[in-house]
Amino acid sequence: MKSLAELEQIRKQTLERINLRREDKGSEVRVVVGMATCGIAAGARNVMMAFMTEASKRKLSHVTISQTGCIGTCRFEPMADVFIPGQDKVTYVNLDERKAARIVSEHIVNGNPVKEFTITNQDLAQEKGNAQ
Amino acid sequence: MPEIALHLLDLVQNSIQAGAQVVEIILRLDLEGRLTMIIRDDGRGMDDQGAQQALSPFVTSRATRKVGLGIPLTREAAYSTGGSFDLISAPGQGTRVQAVFDTRHIDCPPLGKLADTLAALILGNPEGPDFTIHLSCDGAEEALDTRQMKDTLGPVPINDPDVALWLTSVLHDMANHTLGGIIS
Repeated sequence: MKSLAELEQIRKQTLERINLRREDKGSEVRVVVGMATCGIAAGARNVMMAFMTEASKRKLSHVTISQTGCIGTCRFEPMADVFIPGQDKVTYVNLDERKAARIVSEHIVNGNPVKEFTITNQDLAQEKGNAQ
Repeated sequence: MPEIALHLLDLVQNSIQAGAQVVEIILRLDLEGRLTMIIRDDGRGMDDQGAQQALSPFVTSRATRKVGLGIPLTREAAYSTGGSFDLISAPGQGTRVQAVFDTRHIDCPPLGKLADTLAALILGNPEGPDFTIHLSCDGAEEALDTRQMKDTLGPVPINDPDVALWLTSVLHDMANHTLGGIIS
């Protein structure tokens, strides 16, 4: 692997920031993107990379972006859940890269969920019921 | 799936679901334009019946819905280029999937955003399996092993923003250096 030396450099620079974050575990924000066949076919990879690129550019090291399988409502893919400690989970549907970038700036950074991209838990439950 | 890279992404999801500790991803392009994609995992594996069922679009091991299209989709995509598809699996022995695409065939999907796909897999599964990646074409070879990365990083998580940007750019270099000829 060609540039492990570079990685070693990044490790040194990041370590201090990481230690600060450890003491502040309660502020961890999680973004979970659905990445089963349905999500992937609908564009979930580009959405996930948009979340990652946006969070990386803004140095949001308290934000973790991860993936999960099929959420059960494939019609709404690409989907993502945003978890902010102390707040209700927000589920976003029919995402694309542009929407993901807006969610990072408006919801994660500024604390205002982008309502026009969300779906209520009630609608989600009903849709799941219909699918089964 | 409009890209070979998306087939790869989808197949690796199966390895992750199967509880793999290490997933090996190999992409090899030969001089005749044949692209061989191999995904080998050490997950729980399947018996013969399970492997047969995995090839059927109407079977899935998940509970959320009743169809599982991933593997049949990739098989059809490979076949439609005159390529091949093989799945070898045994309980406790993991699974090996090999798909061969003729990239010169008119029906072959483009390779697509390979680097982004690999980055999404590695960064999206910080607690998931480790990945070894081998890309090669006619003497040009690139390899990456996330275990080596994690050894170097120590307590710094692999999905830390700076590491994520670094990894994404390394993967782009690796992909361009080896498979650049078929990345559109």
